[in-house]
Amino acid sequence: MNAIEINGLVRQYSGFTLGSLDLALPSGSIMGLVGENGAGKSTTIKLIMNAVSRDAGTVSVLGVSNQDAAFTALKEDIGVVLDEAYFPEVMSAKNVGSVMKNTYRKWNGKVYQDYLERFSLPPDKAFRDYSRGMKMKLAIAAALSHDPKLLILDEATSGLDPMVRDDILNIFNDFTRQADHSVLLSSHIVSDLEKICDYIAFIHGGRLLFCEEKDRLLEEYALVRLPKERLADLPEDSIIGQKCSEYGAQALVLRSRVPEDLPLEHTNLEDIILFLARGDQKA
Amino acid sequence: MNIIISNASTKPIYEQIYGQIKNCIISGELTEGDALPSIRGLAKDLRISVITTARAYDELEKDGFINSVAGKGSYVAEKNLQLVREEQLKQIEQHINEIISLAGPCGLDEEDITGMLRLMWDENHREEKP
Repeated sequence: MNAIEINGLVRQYSGFTLGSLDLALPSGSIMGLVGENGAGKSTTIKLIMNAVSRDAGTVSVLGVSNQDAAFTALKEDIGVVLDEAYFPEVMSAKNVGSVMKNTYRKWNGKVYQDYLERFSLPPDKAFRDYSRGMKMKLAIAAALSHDPKLLILDEATSGLDPMVRDDILNIFNDFTRQADHSVLLSSHIVSDLEKICDYIAFIHGGRLLFCEEKDRLLEEYALVRLPKERLADLPEDSIIGQKCSEYGAQALVLRSRVPEDLPLEHTNLEDIILFLARGDQKA
Repeated sequence: MNIIISNASTKPIYEQIYGQIKNCIISGELTEGDALPSIRGLAKDLRISVITTARAYDELEKDGFINSVAGKGSYVAEKNLQLVREEQLKQIEQHINEIISLAGPCGLDEEDITGMLRLMWDENHREEKP
């Protein structure tokens, strides 16, 4: 089953069109949504939660169409964290807990308490006095404490220090130890996504450029450095993107299409994304 | 069992897992009937993709090193001596190929290399049987 399934989704704004988008997040896996600022990541997430209206297409979450009446009840099973945590400023973590207890039927005070401790969040401090990292951790603790099956996070790790980010990634990793738990997270910190995702979806200028298994991507593409003159010797369909400088050229190539004796370098997700995004601009 | 995943390696991650589990089986560290970690558990412990881990297990099963029982997990299969022998022969051939490619630049011919081999072979066997 797919935890999220998007078909032909379109949303038009003046001057920007998202879609048409087709995307599926298989149950039990972690998908990373990458793309530059304004590429349409947040819009996609809002459309998944049916928080903004659409112009065309369907979205189903955990097997239920998000325009169905049943979707409201299904929200119990979804934990959402947006790029800014919004809780009333004067509330403490303890207060947030009591509000949530009355909001979610499956709220688990014990789990929440454990997360507060694990994140070293002071339970009595007012939300406005929390640092950005603490605010984010509180939002994530709240999202995880009502036994969700799906986590949706929009830029949940941006603006946080490497230790906290790694902590949070670990939690997502542990969350998906259960085969019916899935995560969709958007980020422009590509290295974070590379660390934990099973699938990577790349949105660029409102269009989905690819949605692929991460390790396959890293296997398919490779980096090659060579003198500029030799770039022309490579089969044209093997080059995904290229960058020339005075002293040589660098190209992202498809491993399967280049001669075997070409010295290839292992590439990373960030390179792939940069080359693809730049290549697109030239076209 | 140690499984070490290197991101710097040119080998795909699934091949790294495949190779290391296979080596554990060939060396006897894992023996027939031993349970392997669950795919999801191993993936999460190594912090790698579940799909990639599943792919490594699939390959191991295809090549007869493990058996998977739906809903229960994966177990080390009966050691196929033929398979192990073939694997080792392949490794020997690989090493010999390396020797040949190194011999040229050193100006050594077939006779020199066989001479060296004979000498070292004798030395090794003398050490074994004092």
